[in-house]
Amino acid sequence: MSFPWAREYQPSNGFTRFLDEKLPLPRLVYNAVGAGYPVPRNLSYFWNFGVLAGFFLVLQIVTGVVLAMHYAANAQVAFATTEHIMRNVNWGWMMRYAHANGASFFFIVVYMHIFRGLFYSSYKAPREMIWLLGVVIFLLMMATAFMGYVLPWGQMSFWGAKVITGLFGAIPLVGEPIQVWLLGGFAPDNAALNRFFSLHFLLPFVIAGVVILHIWALHIPGSSNPTGVEVKQESDTVPFHPYYTAKDGFGLGVVLLAYFAMVFFLPNALGHPDNYIEANPLSTPAHIVPEWYFWPFYAILRAFTVDFILPAKLWGVIAMFASILLWFFLPWLDKSPVRSGHYRPLFRKFFWFGLIPAMIVLFICGGAPAEEPYVMLSQIATAYYFLHFLVILPIVSSVEKPEPLPYSITEAVLGSDKKAVLGENTTPAV
Amino acid sequence: MADTTATASTETVAQTDDGIRRRDFLDIAAIGAAGVGGVFIVYPLVSQMAPSKDVLAASSTEVDVSSIEPGQAIKAVFRKQPLFVKRLTDAEIAAANAIPTGSLRDQESLEDRTKEGHRDILVTMGVCTHLGCVPLGAAEGEVKGEYGGYFCPCHGSHYDTAGRIMKGPAPTNLEVPEYEFISDTVIQVG
Repeated sequence: MSFPWAREYQPSNGFTRFLDEKLPLPRLVYNAVGAGYPVPRNLSYFWNFGVLAGFFLVLQIVTGVVLAMHYAANAQVAFATTEHIMRNVNWGWMMRYAHANGASFFFIVVYMHIFRGLFYSSYKAPREMIWLLGVVIFLLMMATAFMGYVLPWGQMSFWGAKVITGLFGAIPLVGEPIQVWLLGGFAPDNAALNRFFSLHFLLPFVIAGVVILHIWALHIPGSSNPTGVEVKQESDTVPFHPYYTAKDGFGLGVVLLAYFAMVFFLPNALGHPDNYIEANPLSTPAHIVPEWYFWPFYAILRAFTVDFILPAKLWGVIAMFASILLWFFLPWLDKSPVRSGHYRPLFRKFFWFGLIPAMIVLFICGGAPAEEPYVMLSQIATAYYFLHFLVILPIVSSVEKPEPLPYSITEAVLGSDKKAVLGENTTPAV
Repeated sequence: MADTTATASTETVAQTDDGIRRRDFLDIAAIGAAGVGGVFIVYPLVSQMAPSKDVLAASSTEVDVSSIEPGQAIKAVFRKQPLFVKRLTDAEIAAANAIPTGSLRDQESLEDRTKEGHRDILVTMGVCTHLGCVPLGAAEGEVKGEYGGYFCPCHGSHYDTAGRIMKGPAPTNLEVPEYEFISDTVIQVG
């Protein structure tokens, strides 16, 4: 489905005509990311991050398949084969650093993508399904990243596995049996390592499948845009190719510069030195923290320190999972008909001076040791986080008086050009 | 997808007299840079599947030949494959030299296949040149084939006492790997 003025694919020679009849793959590509997909003409660079996330998913799969050719998921040799990759395998060091930093960059671009979705309310009708599928992708990414971090079988791998599976131990009555079942033992060992490897290999392909659904769902209403005003006429759009292939290509180039700067010059900056010590079940590292991309959620987990009806441990686990699961309800918590934060004065204040600072505090506290003032700060930030989504957002969306919206995207872009806006020249220059 | 840029030239893009647009330069520069970058990405992805440094480091083997009696052979391992080291008897040397080199499928003399001063030491790979089975004839009591050398049971290749193909499907003689005597009694293969 698309806008009526979307260009139709025209096979240009005998071979593409044959293909178009038997397997219209070129048509699919043309309509998905080619000239056949009309996209709002006013997208900012914040709309690059979906394509970038797709790029990093492919990068992770390619480098991951390569690493799996040289790695052995056995507690006896896992650490040694990781070092074998670093020292013996041709370009193995580059593959591993590309994969480890690729995970971080995947999260960076996905967090930017989510940030875009939150500020511009991309989750609102008619795009609820895109958002819901996106949250599913994010949950799958977290599971995949966690299990991948266990594979090198260093100290952080081992204790990460122990602590995260310990979360399930907080569930009343069945918690401990579940933890033992997840690990296939009483502590992380061969069984856990093997199943984590198996799932770490599987889940990226599941993610790829959900990404296809995510893009499919996107192509029904088409992309949102910075004004939040829906597309009304042909002059509101330009074809995806060449306009956004070029813009995404430029954005990809910029991100790759930063990415390769990390891979080649600071490959271990985002890792933990302790993970170059082989897993030792008898000694916990002094300061154990997850990878940076889990810090905000880790801070929420640790924010609960007092038993209140339920044990504090269980509250922490519930809050951590709830902090992401509540995103599933976002399209119905934020009832304002206006999408873009640019036209929502009250929402904007709470977003920039409430939610974003709370996330930054949670991020910092999650990476800090579990001591004051970090515990108190993460408690305040956690409280605000839940208040923001569950109380403030619904109230704001009902009391707020939005600023006037432009009539159309064309008006927002060419406001002074009355002729263009009034529709005498509705075809964009192509 | 190329048709969009073609129409663009007439309307929006500055065009010079010879029909070359500024955008053509940008297109070629961008695609060229991406292509060169692509090669830099493909090269490590291909290279990583080649033998790793530890495999290459284990690719030379030393064998002590002093304890091999005439007529006896030992099997060693060279690059994870069997290596036959045989001390020929005078009769075996005579048998090998009696065969005219010109009549062979793969024309090599015993002299070509052994080292000066050690004409009785025959070092070959224990890998049939047909499809890679291990020929019989090195261990005591094994079938040596019709020519008294090696015999491959998979598809019936017969090798003579110098390990040269005489009969059967194998195209070439048993390979003599690169080796040298590092002392009177020790060879280093590879």
